[in-house]
Amino acid sequence: MNKRTILSMLKMATFISLSSAMITSCNSAGNSNQKIDASKIKVEGTMEAELTAPPLVPKPVGKRAAMKLTVNMEIIEKEGVMADGVKYIYWTFGGSVPGSFIRTRVGDEVEFHLKNHPNNKLPHNIDLHAVTGPGGGAASSFVAPGHEVVFSFKVLNQGLFVYHCATAPVGMHIANGMYGLILVEPEGGLPLVDKEYYVMQGDFYTKGANGEKGLQSFDMGKAIKEEPDYVVFNGKVGSLTGDNAITAKVGETVRLFVGNGGPNLVSSFHVIGEIFDNVNIEGGSLVNHDVQTTLIPAGGSSIVDFKCEVPGTFIIVDHSIFRTFNKGSLGMLKVSGDENKTLYSGKQTDEVYHPEGGTIQNMPADENAVKLSKPTTLAERIEDGKSIYNRTCFACHQPTGEGLPNTFPPLAKSDFLNANTTSAIEFILKGKSGEIVVNGKKYNSVMTAQVLTDDEISNVLTFVYSSWGNSKKVVSPEMVAAVRKTIK
Amino acid sequence: MKKILSIYCLIILIASCSNKNTSNESNNNFQKIVVVTPNDTTFGVTTTMANIKGGKYVPLYGRDSQLVTINSFSMDVLPVSNANYLAFVNTNRRWRKSKIKKIFSDDNYLYHWKNDTSIGNEMNPNSAITNVSWYAAKAYCECQGKRLPTIDEWEYVAMANQEMADARKIKSYNQYILDWYEKPKTSINPIGETFKNYWGVYDLHGLVWEWTSDFSSILLTGESRNDVKTDKNLFCGSGSLNATDLMNYAAFMRYAFRGSLKANYSIQNLGFRCVKDSVITNQNEK
Repeated sequence: MNKRTILSMLKMATFISLSSAMITSCNSAGNSNQKIDASKIKVEGTMEAELTAPPLVPKPVGKRAAMKLTVNMEIIEKEGVMADGVKYIYWTFGGSVPGSFIRTRVGDEVEFHLKNHPNNKLPHNIDLHAVTGPGGGAASSFVAPGHEVVFSFKVLNQGLFVYHCATAPVGMHIANGMYGLILVEPEGGLPLVDKEYYVMQGDFYTKGANGEKGLQSFDMGKAIKEEPDYVVFNGKVGSLTGDNAITAKVGETVRLFVGNGGPNLVSSFHVIGEIFDNVNIEGGSLVNHDVQTTLIPAGGSSIVDFKCEVPGTFIIVDHSIFRTFNKGSLGMLKVSGDENKTLYSGKQTDEVYHPEGGTIQNMPADENAVKLSKPTTLAERIEDGKSIYNRTCFACHQPTGEGLPNTFPPLAKSDFLNANTTSAIEFILKGKSGEIVVNGKKYNSVMTAQVLTDDEISNVLTFVYSSWGNSKKVVSPEMVAAVRKTIK
Repeated sequence: MKKILSIYCLIILIASCSNKNTSNESNNNFQKIVVVTPNDTTFGVTTTMANIKGGKYVPLYGRDSQLVTINSFSMDVLPVSNANYLAFVNTNRRWRKSKIKKIFSDDNYLYHWKNDTSIGNEMNPNSAITNVSWYAAKAYCECQGKRLPTIDEWEYVAMANQEMADARKIKSYNQYILDWYEKPKTSINPIGETFKNYWGVYDLHGLVWEWTSDFSSILLTGESRNDVKTDKNLFCGSGSLNATDLMNYAAFMRYAFRGSLKANYSIQNLGFRCVKDSVITNQNEK
């Protein structure tokens, strides 16, 4: 026993003197970087790495010493759902897109077992950006179906790293979902937070256009032109919306490990209604503060955290915004808890705004002049309603009223809409948030109140009711006015 | 070293096969096999073969992308089936599931079979045999007086669609192949149900991968982005891909697959068929 303690004390002493020598030498070179040489960190003990499917992450490394870590990763080619009614053959690390999250700390020695399921058609490999070595491991991990390869590496740099398949044609393997994240925490771990989640963006190229039903195959032509049909978080449309939304409570700090698998697009990652308190830029150790949108390169990452101050649904987007509203890159963070009216009031007033001054032009003075331009016949009103729709509604409900799966409910053949004109009017006047069931499907999204006149609302609703197989109800300005009275 | 070993094994195999034949059948019979007949019955399996007229073509990769000359040969119309292979191991005990020598296959050899002499009820006797190593496939062909096709031969026949000998520029042909790459579990389908190509050969695409005699002559290291050093054409091929080069990309995956193999691998999606040189060819063609 005595000998051992002495030995370990000796070890400690040499370690300390070594590291202090390093620090001084670094300092003398005018560099404040106090990094110890990670390649010299000794490992203690062996452990099988916990792997998680998105949006979950394994538990933090905390204060544990560097260890020998065994990672068992299975490659599975399997059919999955890209969007409602749209199927796709995904190639996956660990059965999910993105692949299983791997959590390590600086100095860990990882023994990586890469297994290619016998039912798979293709050989694969893995390139981990956290690996220092040829091909990031790809050179040593080429594995035929029904085989398992093993290779080892020591993690030297802290940060959040992408891994991906690098077998020819590389782009296709990535485009089919073969990417994920490996986190290397510093000694002692990242600062603890209340909630941690795993979000990874990817672009997908299908033979059929966005929304075309059935099993869609990969389209190499579109991939080369970089014209994706889907840009999504966590492999599919709606992976983080509705019941799949990530959650937190007011007062909690949320950390998102965000990656971008690409293969092509760069992400302008943004959470609507939140400001990132801390961002590990590009997943490295440089921390920026008070960031609205952080750029995540393809094959790169970012660690963001923020405190949830007020309740509500916070929309996670790629702020290249058409991707969000037309291609699927939309997620939700639902924060529950008490409101804080000082931080966020909610809507307090809503009045008509006239740049020239409200008192003079409160109402149009010349009834006749207005009537000249005002649509009166049903056909004119529908025409007017159509132009309002195309200005105001189509971005979410889409040009032909079909909505967006899991996100925005359809207006075409909508049972909800046809059942009740009053609630339709109410939604436009007041906005709507929270759960709603349309044509048997649950939606849980946010519609803002629309600032439209009674005439405009009646016209746009008449247009909607007259289109896309709806009930052809006619909504009058009086009906709108009546509803408006009840909600004031 | 590996090559020497495999050549050495090959010699043993040939020797053992001919031993088998001489002991089980008459010498006359064996003579017949060498003299190439359309059908041979070494272990009671009759296979129809298609005549492939030789020619020149540019393979997609490898061999410096030069024109390759293919001599006329005949090719099995169908991949070898479970039932065919069962007949083979019934006669040739050393290739049975429990008897195979470790160096000739990994542990997956005939993994899906019930036992040495039964393929089990779940398996279709009329599906392609898979989970066989290169050594086993080679032995099978040789005991039939045939051999495995070379990559060039296989690719030559496989570039045909229903109507044309070289359909590589046809979009639907390429799309068919690519769709198959993404379709899981096709190996359990019966043989002969995909399209009959220009030569009268079935199942080159859409069912299982197939062994070739020289599968390992293409050096893909696995770190394919680095293959500039090992095989320029393979890498440049992938680098020059554009929307019209779908054909390269379809074939590229085949080469990548072959590059991942070793001769002792037995794989769920990998079967084989045999070919035979045509003796009469040259006179006929000239």
